[in-house]
Amino acid sequence: MSATDPDGIAAGQVRAGAARAAAERNRRHLNPLLSVPDEPPPAVPDAAIARPTVVPASSTASMVLSIAGQIGQSMLTAITEVPDEQSENKMEDEAPHPDDAPDRLLDLLEFLRTRLAGDYEMDEFGFDPAFADAVPLSLLRPLYKNWFRVEVRGAENIPATGGALIVANHSGAIPVDALMTAVAVREERERHLRILGGDLVFQTPVLSTLARRAGATLAANPDAERLLSSGELVGVWPEGYKGIGKPFSERYKLQRFGRGGFVSAALRTGVPIVPCSIVGAEEIYPIIANVPALARLLGLPYLPVTPFFPLLGPLGAVPLPSKWLIEFGPPILPEAAGPQAADDPILVFDLTDRVRQTIQQTLYSLLVQRRSVFF
Amino acid sequence: MSRSVLVTGVARYLGARFARLLAQEPGVDRVVGVDVIAPPYDIGAAEFVRADIRNSMIGRIIEQTGVDTVVHMSVIATPVSAGGRTAQKEINVIGTMQLLAACQRATRLRRLVVKSTSAVYGSSPRDPAMFTETLVGKHPPRTGWGKDSAEVEEYVRGFSRRRPEVEVVTLRPANIVGPGIRTSMTDYFSLPVIPGVLGFDPRLQFLHEDDALEAIRRATLGDAQGVINVAGDGVIGLGQAAGFAGRPTVGLPPRLAGLMGSVYHRGGLADFSPDQVRYLRFGRCLDTTRMREQLGLEPAYTTREAFLDFVRTRGLRGPLSPEVVNAVERKVVNWLRPPGSARATRTAEAQPRPPFPDTP
Repeated sequence: MSATDPDGIAAGQVRAGAARAAAERNRRHLNPLLSVPDEPPPAVPDAAIARPTVVPASSTASMVLSIAGQIGQSMLTAITEVPDEQSENKMEDEAPHPDDAPDRLLDLLEFLRTRLAGDYEMDEFGFDPAFADAVPLSLLRPLYKNWFRVEVRGAENIPATGGALIVANHSGAIPVDALMTAVAVREERERHLRILGGDLVFQTPVLSTLARRAGATLAANPDAERLLSSGELVGVWPEGYKGIGKPFSERYKLQRFGRGGFVSAALRTGVPIVPCSIVGAEEIYPIIANVPALARLLGLPYLPVTPFFPLLGPLGAVPLPSKWLIEFGPPILPEAAGPQAADDPILVFDLTDRVRQTIQQTLYSLLVQRRSVFF
Repeated sequence: MSRSVLVTGVARYLGARFARLLAQEPGVDRVVGVDVIAPPYDIGAAEFVRADIRNSMIGRIIEQTGVDTVVHMSVIATPVSAGGRTAQKEINVIGTMQLLAACQRATRLRRLVVKSTSAVYGSSPRDPAMFTETLVGKHPPRTGWGKDSAEVEEYVRGFSRRRPEVEVVTLRPANIVGPGIRTSMTDYFSLPVIPGVLGFDPRLQFLHEDDALEAIRRATLGDAQGVINVAGDGVIGLGQAAGFAGRPTVGLPPRLAGLMGSVYHRGGLADFSPDQVRYLRFGRCLDTTRMREQLGLEPAYTTREAFLDFVRTRGLRGPLSPEVVNAVERKVVNWLRPPGSARATRTAEAQPRPPFPDTP
């Protein structure tokens, strides 16, 4: 793999890219490990990588390291962020003392104690907000901030209170886009996004429990309507497996929007639909082929082959660090139609198409605005 | 109008308690309890008639006593208590058929109450998080009690069509726990190590036995009709429940879990059908809107409180009981932050922590 690249231009581009990435990270002061800027190591592009836009391995390695470092930190931070009114009150009463800083070790112990002793609450869907903040959201935050550098637009379109249905495009082989949207909603609006997931999620060991504790539930109308009518913020990806498993050549082309079940759920509960367009998720795992026979054997809806997976094994499962844009559009208010409109198929289809068109148009305009796939 | 009520399954804990409770009701002047063996529990002022509901004897009893209400509580959950699966199925299915056949001839009958189970919904990853009474599970039970109950409900629907003037209530209670009742679930949580399915922490729902009795009482004396879910509010995770009972859990691969179920069954430790293993994998939760609206029942215990009451009254303790965990945490904190230091004072304020913060 030490072959020198005869193509000097490609190598130069790659080096410049690495330098830009490092500068970007330093500018954001997000990473203490990188706060002392080193000369970007001379990038030796892998001979196997044909595309000049791919970030070199050295930069990727440092990113992985930095993210690993941050995960531990942010997990502790998240645990301390669990509502702790007592300590806040104490801070006001007493004179500031150097030891009064939140004791992360003790908070971690307290968290472990509550889990071991069963001293926590979950709702009927299995959602445990304290766990969601402490584990999945804090594990994903470094990925959100440093890896995909997600830029959120139109967060004010998400209602601060009450039920709303966020409808977004789906892509990227595994539903990283749903997770990043959940982090975006938590970061920007301090609300938990209740993700509607496929049945595959809920029959997979570990994943099913994690998903339920983090607030996800099955993408079925009874669940969606129950969550919406209790004032929750629900996220749905109506393209489902068709959207997430589509080949790279069809990127940013919206697939059929299910059967419009999400529209009838919103109509029945009278909540606004917030269209959400996600740019960047298509490039994390560019699907160049599918192995339907093996997928059927494994009971999966599709089995993606990317330029790196399964060729590079587990390393190929590292998502490419594309630059993400998530835009929340102005809410579409179906409440004027009334709940009986849910039984009018024409109206449901029309509204489904309107939501789909809005997302598709926003995707095109975001793609035009994007400087490059990775920056 | 004073009522006379026939209760089947009075030789078992819940049936006996219900017969005793009902006999004390002012509006009820006669309670006839029926079972194949004499009840080992006190049934109070209720009369006991030894009869097997699997034969036509039950028809003569209904005729002679002239009851206006029948409460069917003898759908048996475990083969062990019936003396084998064949006997269990016969009591559940043939017994119900005979009982309903007798009810169809009973001219004075006004009301039929059937205690079914929430197991009729089955458990699957494709089911919505909460079941309303109108939903049908994607994976209905295929064995044992759940299947029997589904068949019983089918016969009850048939009876309801043939005798439309008789009011029929079918109750679907969640797993009943409490100080006295013994079910496969209470046996399960009494095991020293609780076997679960690897990677799954299902949502469980419980109903306290007092609330279960109140639900049957309201169904018998009230005017509710149709199918009604009955459960305590909220859910708890299997891991959480095991923690309350102080038991460590061990995750088994799904196939092995099915095998373990039959091993436990043979060993008489706990009774686990494949449907129950599915329940321990995917969990289940009931929507109780109809319980509140039709029965007017506000359970005295939430799911969590019902389970904690079960743990407390049975004296379940183990290496992971909340008291033990809390004590260990306190020791670790004291070791990490010796008392007297500024940091220790903050944690000291939160102590002492009651072992069960929300025990009623």
